[in-house]
Amino acid sequence: MKTLFDKIWDAHVVSTVEGGPTQLYIDRHFCHEVTSPQAFNGLRARGLKVFRPEKTTLTADHNTPTIDQDQPVKDPISKNQLDTFAKNAAEFNLPLFFPLGHIKNGVVHIIGPENGFTHPGATIVCGDSHTSTHGAFGAIAFGIGTSEVEMVLATQCILQSRPKTMRITFDGKLGKGVTAKDLALYMISKLTTGGATGYFVEYAGEAIRNLSMEERMTVCNLSIEMGARGGMIAPDQTTFDYVNGREFAPKGEEWEKSLAYWKTLNTDEGAKFDKEITFDAADIQPMITYGTNPGMGMGITESIPTLSEVDEAGRISFQKSMEYMGFQPGEKLEGKQIDYVFLGSCTNGRIEDFRAFTAFVKGKKKAGNVIAWLVPGSWMVEKQIREEGLLDILTEAGFALRQPGCSACLAMNDDKVPAGKYAVSTSNRNFEGRQGPGARTILAGPLVAAAAAISGKITDPRN
Amino acid sequence: MEKFITLTSSVVPLPIENVDTDQIIPARFLKATNKDGFGDNLFADWRYNKDGSPKTDFVLNNPTYSGSILVAGKNFGSGSSREHAAWAIDGYGFKVVVSSFFADIFRGNALNNGVLPVVVSTEFLAEVFACVGSNPSTTLTIDLKNQTVTNNATGKSETFEINTYKKECLLNGLDDIDYLLSKKEQIEQFEKARV
Repeated sequence: MKTLFDKIWDAHVVSTVEGGPTQLYIDRHFCHEVTSPQAFNGLRARGLKVFRPEKTTLTADHNTPTIDQDQPVKDPISKNQLDTFAKNAAEFNLPLFFPLGHIKNGVVHIIGPENGFTHPGATIVCGDSHTSTHGAFGAIAFGIGTSEVEMVLATQCILQSRPKTMRITFDGKLGKGVTAKDLALYMISKLTTGGATGYFVEYAGEAIRNLSMEERMTVCNLSIEMGARGGMIAPDQTTFDYVNGREFAPKGEEWEKSLAYWKTLNTDEGAKFDKEITFDAADIQPMITYGTNPGMGMGITESIPTLSEVDEAGRISFQKSMEYMGFQPGEKLEGKQIDYVFLGSCTNGRIEDFRAFTAFVKGKKKAGNVIAWLVPGSWMVEKQIREEGLLDILTEAGFALRQPGCSACLAMNDDKVPAGKYAVSTSNRNFEGRQGPGARTILAGPLVAAAAAISGKITDPRN
Repeated sequence: MEKFITLTSSVVPLPIENVDTDQIIPARFLKATNKDGFGDNLFADWRYNKDGSPKTDFVLNNPTYSGSILVAGKNFGSGSSREHAAWAIDGYGFKVVVSSFFADIFRGNALNNGVLPVVVSTEFLAEVFACVGSNPSTTLTIDLKNQTVTNNATGKSETFEINTYKKECLLNGLDDIDYLLSKKEQIEQFEKARV
């Protein structure tokens, strides 16, 4: 009896190092401009070629502007990094290269699935911790460092210790106005930011089964925020329908063969996990974070913990985080004025997120005190926004679209929230300085972001 | 990679929990295309004021504390997978990070750069912080061969975990990539068998 994780892991073991890790074969490698240049330097220094060029997909997303992408990039250091990326792709003959301006360009974890590179049963890595996103398809997907990027480029393998397994089950149904993001932030607030470290998580239960493919990606995306090596969901009809017909998905006879295999990818009844956790989906309300790690979250109607509710060893860090955020322990945040709203990122930059946001703001007006950055996850998402008429509704409500990229999620480009300002952000990290030095991030789902953009305050979208 | 065997050093204490890699090296410093110079921006936003002057209350700017061992609160290195965090720690001159808990990706990145993450018990960690607090010249000894960490102020010692493969790599200064390259034939056989 095997778990879903065991089945996929075991199918990719090339060898086991004595007293050490497993040599794991990688089916798909995603690559971006920020965590790859030193890996290519390493290949050059050792005189190596890329072993399987067609198994690496490259897109520029982290260090790119979200305006005037048709113009030369202004920041010379960023430009050099992007030029180096292009030079490396050319020198090492990598055919799947989607630079800035390419129709397939966008955030790596968005363009992968939407182009059909992400399949059930695959092993997927990228020099980016949110690679866990792809686990939504029933894949083993996880973030790696640059040394490992070099290993994958050189050998299509990496060395990994087998993680422990955890199953998190969500029974019942999510309430009205509660999104996949809220489900994930709720889970992380219960497990804490390191609560799943050392584990690979499988998500299960009625509330997970009912999620769309894009919602599942949001949940798996955030697995790393509780420290998990990755998160996965067993593939089902929702998965197969999503993958079928995409450009790089298997076709014809190959599709039938793949589908037959994918249908075997689930956890056998009675298979053992190292840890099991169960939540009731009905307990979840729209979530916000109040602190400086994603585990510091609460229901939008709740209050920040008081000092006595925080365990003693964590008090210095808790107080430091309250000081940074400008909040008081025990305080309620509903009704608090905010300055910025960011809709986008590999967590919430897909078409369904834009649909949800747009449906909420339709016929309303953006608050005058709010600067809103709406950043589609890819050019394909951007195209859909236009084609579905969402852009007209957004424009009418006082919003504008930016161009695709990671943008204010990590603020490597000019999309920085100024020091001391509050941003309600659909991204994944509220770390100090993450959205710009001194920026104060409140993580939330697309509906809470929409409600904040309209009222200018932290607002429960259910009201 | 440099070989690692034993190290005795005074320590730099950072009693903060959940130190994420965005604090270790903020994203705006990730625009480089080589591994040099990250040590100068280690903990940049905690270490420097806006004008670039040092923040005197941050431990790296306090001449009382020095050494090649960083001692940090639990869950060190969470968040982004950026290996730049390991390069920054290495570049600054730390050879060891001691904590009661490390995030997975950071731990792997550190090992791949010859920086040794040493996991100690919560009690041991608290005692090190207390000793360094009362005597900044407190030293720790890390013995990789015997997998022990000793607080020389109290003489207390603990063993730490590391898999024998990684231990050999560190003791001999070898990379994973050397190992993987030696397995090329096996990789090709694996690919053929799958089709």
